[in-house]
Amino acid sequence: MPVMSYREALRAAMREELRRDEKVVLMGEEVAQFNGAYKVTEGLLKEFGPKRVVDTPISEAGFIGLGIGASMLGIRPVMELMFWSFSYVALDQIVNNAGNIRYMSGGLINCPIVIRGPANGGTNVGATHSHTPEAVLASHPGIKVVCPATPYDAKGLMKAAIRDNDPVYVMENTILYNDKGEVPEDDYVVPLGVADVKRAGDDLTIVAHGRAVITSLKAAEILESEHGVSVEVVDLRSIRPLDEETVLASVRKTHRVLLVEENKPFCGVDAQIAYLIQSRAFDELDAPIHRVSSVDAPQIYCKRLEDQQIPNPARVVAEALKVLA
Amino acid sequence: MAKPAVLTHPESLKRPAGPSEYAKNPVNAGMSKAEKVALYTKMARIRHFEQRCIRVYQQGKIGGFLHLYIGQEAVAAGTISLLGKDDHLITGYRDHGHALMVGMSMNECMAELTGKVTGCSKGKGGSMHYFAPDKNFWGGHGIVGGQAPLGTGLAYAVKYLGRKGSCICYMGDGAVNQGAVHEAYNLAALWDLPVIFVIENNGYSMGTSQERSTAHPGCLAKRAEGYGMAWDVVNGHDVYEVRARAAVALRRAHEESKPTVLEIFTYRYYGHSMADPDKTYRDKEEIKEYREQKDPVLLFEKELIAEKVLTPQKAKAINEAAMEEADAAAKFADESPDPTPADVTKDIYWEEDNRGPDTSSRGTIIFE
Repeated sequence: MPVMSYREALRAAMREELRRDEKVVLMGEEVAQFNGAYKVTEGLLKEFGPKRVVDTPISEAGFIGLGIGASMLGIRPVMELMFWSFSYVALDQIVNNAGNIRYMSGGLINCPIVIRGPANGGTNVGATHSHTPEAVLASHPGIKVVCPATPYDAKGLMKAAIRDNDPVYVMENTILYNDKGEVPEDDYVVPLGVADVKRAGDDLTIVAHGRAVITSLKAAEILESEHGVSVEVVDLRSIRPLDEETVLASVRKTHRVLLVEENKPFCGVDAQIAYLIQSRAFDELDAPIHRVSSVDAPQIYCKRLEDQQIPNPARVVAEALKVLA
Repeated sequence: MAKPAVLTHPESLKRPAGPSEYAKNPVNAGMSKAEKVALYTKMARIRHFEQRCIRVYQQGKIGGFLHLYIGQEAVAAGTISLLGKDDHLITGYRDHGHALMVGMSMNECMAELTGKVTGCSKGKGGSMHYFAPDKNFWGGHGIVGGQAPLGTGLAYAVKYLGRKGSCICYMGDGAVNQGAVHEAYNLAALWDLPVIFVIENNGYSMGTSQERSTAHPGCLAKRAEGYGMAWDVVNGHDVYEVRARAAVALRRAHEESKPTVLEIFTYRYYGHSMADPDKTYRDKEEIKEYREQKDPVLLFEKELIAEKVLTPQKAKAINEAAMEEADAAAKFADESPDPTPADVTKDIYWEEDNRGPDTSSRGTIIFE
């Protein structure tokens, strides 16, 4: 199986969908001539031309709203946000218009739009560029949110997102763009709402999404080699829809749970996961659920401290040992 | 704030209302008698539907907000009567007139107001959120100016699909200060999109007059110059003038794929919504003057009687039929059932409502 980077996997997904369906259009700031601020769309303008790969002005509310309007008439826009942090200036379009149009029309209108881009901290760029809005956006019925952690999932989830008939928001991670992994060349999708056990284990379940999965896998290695603990890592992949059953099955197997995410702790995705586990698997728990999230402060600029603010393997190991104590 | 030195108003608005100087415009002269009567009938139907809405609201059967279009009928009637099969429209929350003009029924509109399952949005949208995509009507949007990027996107899609069409994107005068509107203007001009931004200028953004809300160089439409877009000002009390001038913008969209900003001067007789007591920001005399001298339905009626297209008896019969239709709609809404509790969680996701072997998505999507 070919090995490619997370970035290349995203590009392969978009290339295949652009070829498959002429109603797919890529749009965003610097996606075409500049080849993408993070080179995710590199080469696509050359291959598909300016009708299919479109540079927009810095005007998120305008071009995201335009994409939503176009999607109502059957176009399938894939809109790049240079950072998901920039979605905040387009929130009325992203939430009120894309998220509500099917409902408010009594089911008459589809809104098959994809909005994608990086949503992560850890890049030493300060608070305004480091938001992780998956919990905020997934809290709105009508919206779907996915957070791929690996190249395989990045391609499969992106293709599923483009084919979906509702708005799907794909949250990528700049730190993962160069990560490499095996990615099939053939046409496959990773269905939305299916979690993946990235590592099997018996003593502790770690539930994570996005880059926190990679952090947790590193922590699991340390826990095994240095502490003799067998850790299962469940990658949610999709925040909404949410694969509750895979999470619960793992809890029933290990009876101990640690939740890891890059969000700030208050009302993060893991608050919902913790509620799920206590409501449906309370008797299975041998210990209270613990969490590792970003330290509850706006993202700090100082790189040395930001690396401590977001989850890292050392913090995950330390918290895991508390759950196992 | 300094007031603008010269207001750029349409010439016809500077004179007392009289016979329309646009009757002989080919767009109007080319209408058959039946088409003229049909247009008048539609305007009368909007008027009587909404007057019936007031009673239903006063009976406590309509919740939320009710923004009436009474006084502005010629704007929707004039513009929408020009549209063809690839022309689309989208508007803000004052949307009843547009809905009836595209052919939505009084029944489904009234039932939506009273939150009934027989409403156009199954009781899920309300007054501000009417939709009829089968009639190219894309809402009905509650957030001021939020529909401007959507309308621009509809025009983008029309062009992308290679159709000779357009999108009319309506907004109120209060919307022109929203950033989303300016972003939409820029994209429409930058990409030569066949969109017509219609500013329905009724003089007040809720209770704030234009003079107190908006810095402008004489009129709101002129802001289009900043984006290199064509613009025009239109007397919105004369449906013939609306048609004649909107037709120019529509041709520009169809033939050149270029956007236009049309500022149509109009007036609403009632408050911003039924929740607005309408006592603090304008004089009763001002409303009276518009009602008596510039009423778009009465002016068109006079026009058609003078043209001998209509008789006073025929006009009376049309109005009575519209009143009866509105009464029947109120009865229909009364007798219709509410949506069920199970309906609350439907129409959220396509896949949830269309579960089958083809739906690849799994997992919980609607949470307890």
